[in-house]
Amino acid sequence: MTTTIQNPTSTPEVPVRRRRPVSGRTIGRAAALVAGTVLTLGPVLWTVASALQSPSQSLGGGSLFTNGITFDAFKDVFHQVNMWLLLWNSVLVTGLVAAGQMFTAALAGYAFARIDFKGRGLLFGIVLATMMVPLQVTIVPVFMLIRGMGLSDTLLALILPALPTAFGTFLMRQYFLGLPPELAEAAAIDGASPLRTFRSVYVPLAWPGLAIVGILAFNYHWNEFFRPLIMTISEQNFTLPLGLVSLQGNMGTGSVATVLAGVVLSMIPAAVVFVFGQRYLREGLTAGSNK
Amino acid sequence: MSTTLRNQRAQTTGSASNDPTGTKTATARRDGRKWMAALFLAPTIGGIALFTLVPIVASVLLAFFRWDIISAPKFVGLDNFASIGADPTVRVAFLNTIMFVIVAVLLQLLVAISLAVLVQTRMPIWLRTFFRSAFFFPLVLSASSVSIIMSYLFNQNFGLVNKILGLVAIPPVPWLTSPAASMAVIVLVYVWQNFGFTFLLVLGGLSSIPTELYEASSIDGAGGWKQLRSITLPLLSPTLLVASVMAVISALQIFDQPYVITRGGPGDATRTAVMVIFESAFKQLDFGRASAIGVVLTLLIMAATAVQFRLSRRFVYYS
Repeated sequence: MTTTIQNPTSTPEVPVRRRRPVSGRTIGRAAALVAGTVLTLGPVLWTVASALQSPSQSLGGGSLFTNGITFDAFKDVFHQVNMWLLLWNSVLVTGLVAAGQMFTAALAGYAFARIDFKGRGLLFGIVLATMMVPLQVTIVPVFMLIRGMGLSDTLLALILPALPTAFGTFLMRQYFLGLPPELAEAAAIDGASPLRTFRSVYVPLAWPGLAIVGILAFNYHWNEFFRPLIMTISEQNFTLPLGLVSLQGNMGTGSVATVLAGVVLSMIPAAVVFVFGQRYLREGLTAGSNK
Repeated sequence: MSTTLRNQRAQTTGSASNDPTGTKTATARRDGRKWMAALFLAPTIGGIALFTLVPIVASVLLAFFRWDIISAPKFVGLDNFASIGADPTVRVAFLNTIMFVIVAVLLQLLVAISLAVLVQTRMPIWLRTFFRSAFFFPLVLSASSVSIIMSYLFNQNFGLVNKILGLVAIPPVPWLTSPAASMAVIVLVYVWQNFGFTFLLVLGGLSSIPTELYEASSIDGAGGWKQLRSITLPLLSPTLLVASVMAVISALQIFDQPYVITRGGPGDATRTAVMVIFESAFKQLDFGRASAIGVVLTLLIMAATAVQFRLSRRFVYYS
């Protein structure tokens, strides 16, 4: 099995420590990882490269190497759609939902973790159970409800139903359970009210947990497509994903660069969060599944 | 699930024991805290009741009515279920969804396990961090944006995919106009974006396998494949169960990719269950029927989850 090839120069991808002889298997593994990386990042890099083409260029009309770089498509996308409004709507919805979820999850998580009351276990069980109900099953009655409240085709239709978060509540409960209960006793001895104990002792310690809730909410709602598609009708209430899909529909295969410039702009905040909040994102995404 | 329950029990007994009972101030404080609990829970419980619990009940009830919003809802019994059972489009949509889930989830697990095992092999830390980040980057993008990108890449005449295939003398594939190829595109696009999630779960599972096991088995002469079969996969099986259950639940709800890339076509080749819910409700204004399809989808999700837990008794190894 371990046939060794005595040629250490042939695998630059995976440097092997302590000058172990490079085996055929190592080369195979390196090749698989490189192929995986190229296939994963390739489409993203192609998108950025294509967005840097002239907007008059249609699909298949040359490449980065023959045409050079221009930012015209980024200017053009602002002419084709009201990009500022789309950005603003997305920022507003995502920002308010993220902040709102941090707020509601901190309160409910704390109550479930630190306050003893009758029926706590049952209530928490119900909250957890709602996590398993797919959004598509409740969307029709939610749409009716929103319509009945006179909120159809508003941004509030997207924000309001997203404020309570079962998963965020679950996460914050776990987080508060992990903080020492002695802190509350110490604060009570110092004369702090329960509310004050929560606000000045526990919330400041819970920021990492709140960051996870906020980042997950941002990531989900920034990219959300299904609910905006149903809840908004007029273009002035579109969020970015919806606006870009309708732009693509209008453009067909002409001026690919313009559409992709919009896509790139919409990816930037997600990429920034990915770079700076990757640890929180990873922790949050896998939190529900850790045994 | 069991851990949450256990924590909960531990927490209940824990706080009961350090509750200073007996004094007047303690009772007053407990009353105050009851109010605080009600206040703190109000937004979440109220919101979940209004926007999740009531809609669940309403959705089930609505499945037995015919309602187009304009006229009054009319009770029709099981008519909606009978009509969706007889509707070829709905039947095809469910068949498509089930086929999609089987292929996409298997592919997703295969890619994620392979890459996670490879990333866990000996390599410099910075390189491992790079791979780990790269593989889960697509997860933070929006499915609709990814679908826009992919519909350009898979364009039959101008797309990069066919250009690359042309380099190795493969004739252009009608990716978005042939039924089989368009389903393949939906699977590939979905797996491309979502394998990173399974990858993260598997990576977490792998890191909890003690390295001594591998060391001991290589002294016994076990090679890579043998180790994978007799150590890695059995010890990873609890993680794989969770990963597979979560992947199936989310794949059954696929909507964004086929909506953006193919609009369900050609014909009904890539129409999915959620797409027919969407079309019944918001195109045909048949809300009762849409709810009935939703109820069927929910039952399917529950059945798929139950089957996996059932099968897991045979395949999952708990140390």
